[in-house]
Amino acid sequence: MDIELQKVSYSYGVGTPFEKRALFDVDLLIPSGSYQAIIGHTGSGKSTILQHLNALLKPTEGTVRIGDAIIEHKKKPKDLRPVRQKVGIVFQFPEHQLFEETVLKDIMFGPMNFGVDEKEAEARARTMSKLVGLPDNVLEKSPFDLSGGQMRRVAIAGVLAMKPDVIVLDEPTAGLDPRGRKEIMDLFYQLYEEQNLTMILVTHSMEDAARYADRIAIMYNGRCVLTGAPLEIFGDAEKLAEFRLEVPHIIQFQKRLEARLGFSLPKLCLREEELAETLAAALKERER
Amino acid sequence: MNEILSLKNIAFTYVPDQPEVKNAVEDVSFAVNEGEWIAIVGHNGSGKSTLARIINGLLFPQQGSVSVLGQPMNEENLWDIRSQMGMVFQNPDNQFVGATVQDDVAFALENNGVPYEEMVERVHEALAQVKMTDFLDNEPQHLSGGQKQRVAIAGALALRPRILILDEATSMLDPQGRAEVLATVMKLREETGLTVLSITHDLEEAMLADRLLFMNGGRKFAEGTPQQIFDLGDELVKLGLDLPFPIKMAKLLQQQGVALEGGYMTEEELVNDIWISNFKK
Repeated sequence: MDIELQKVSYSYGVGTPFEKRALFDVDLLIPSGSYQAIIGHTGSGKSTILQHLNALLKPTEGTVRIGDAIIEHKKKPKDLRPVRQKVGIVFQFPEHQLFEETVLKDIMFGPMNFGVDEKEAEARARTMSKLVGLPDNVLEKSPFDLSGGQMRRVAIAGVLAMKPDVIVLDEPTAGLDPRGRKEIMDLFYQLYEEQNLTMILVTHSMEDAARYADRIAIMYNGRCVLTGAPLEIFGDAEKLAEFRLEVPHIIQFQKRLEARLGFSLPKLCLREEELAETLAAALKERER
Repeated sequence: MNEILSLKNIAFTYVPDQPEVKNAVEDVSFAVNEGEWIAIVGHNGSGKSTLARIINGLLFPQQGSVSVLGQPMNEENLWDIRSQMGMVFQNPDNQFVGATVQDDVAFALENNGVPYEEMVERVHEALAQVKMTDFLDNEPQHLSGGQKQRVAIAGALALRPRILILDEATSMLDPQGRAEVLATVMKLREETGLTVLSITHDLEEAMLADRLLFMNGGRKFAEGTPQQIFDLGDELVKLGLDLPFPIKMAKLLQQQGVALEGGYMTEEELVNDIWISNFKK
């Protein structure tokens, strides 16, 4: 399911003295099956875009197309439930949304809210909790007795249980320790590959975007200023600096190393393992 | 050097009526000198935040004692002691009370009976320190996450505390916001001799500290300079932390058979090592 934003503008508090424009003429196409990262600083409009992706906000101007559904300012939207079921959003700190008595019931809440019967919802909850790596014995526990990392998995399972085609992640690793962060990001990548999902990662982490995404969009002061493949975007440090962003750490390091060694590696690397392999191969080549 | 804070054999459980549940903090002792920057690191659930709350007197340990400036903390002097500490939590949404940014920063001052003129001055000064002066009359709810956190930090700074406790306070900021806040804390420390206690997962933040306290399973697993702690290598990774980029990269290169000396903290040193070990033979 493609999502397309055409000339989307959005203002908060239209018609009040507090009116504030958050988005300006944003064009963005997110094709089905891609792993799209949306990067920008605090206040760049990332979160406002995010809320357009499943029609929580309607554009003030322009059009948002989510699959077949068209969302525009003037038009009264038809039933938005199918859209919201198809696009699942994992908000920042999703564990704050848990509320049910048991983990099982919490995961079942989403699908049942969309009209799935109890039996099916429970079956989904059991499958999804396995998929996100929750042990079976937590299903009957209160979600509030779990650790932060596990609570977050419960919340993610709840989104997955709605069987969305698209998953939108809003800073999904905020507050997790490094191990938890890697586990969660690897989990999403695995879901992306195995479940044929479209992933949209809204983040300010250049590192995560470089490591996982196949398409990047850069937001700056409410505009979408750059789109492209990770290597295109991250290869151009000067351009990124215009938008007060730095290239990922790993690329900075590669450039610094190349300057010192006096030769360039055959390719720009986005993952640490890749850089280690490429450099080792280049050094062996030179020895000969 | 003047000892500003000391913890002796602290043990704490959230459920004292359930002895079978493991203590959240077990037998932790350490001391902080005035002007020092201490980082408490450890994975989620290692007892870091519990420790911060014990230091601030939000929680009282079942065993052991906390002393601030040589005074053992008790219910009588708690408020005096607490006024020496500014605490900033992870999620700023949970600590907003004012209708505007400046009201919010003024809240604690008002509570402490600071005269109006001084209050205004301190609020402006604190907001300037976190670069939020342009937002004096904005509603905190309408700020973005990073901006909110900077306001929360200003709220703590306005009290002019002797100790600033940052409980994962930068974890929701973007890289630039984080750098700004950390630079602010460093500057404050230089100018006012502020003692800083930061609880963090962020390795770059931890590396700024003079000393690290590494918590695992409620216990103090190790204590030392950033260099000493990161020398633990794989052990850190096993316990849920990451290694700083140069150390991680060096290990990956060694696994690929690249000759390296190792034993450093900065990227510059790694670049030099790759150069010297492989080309200057």
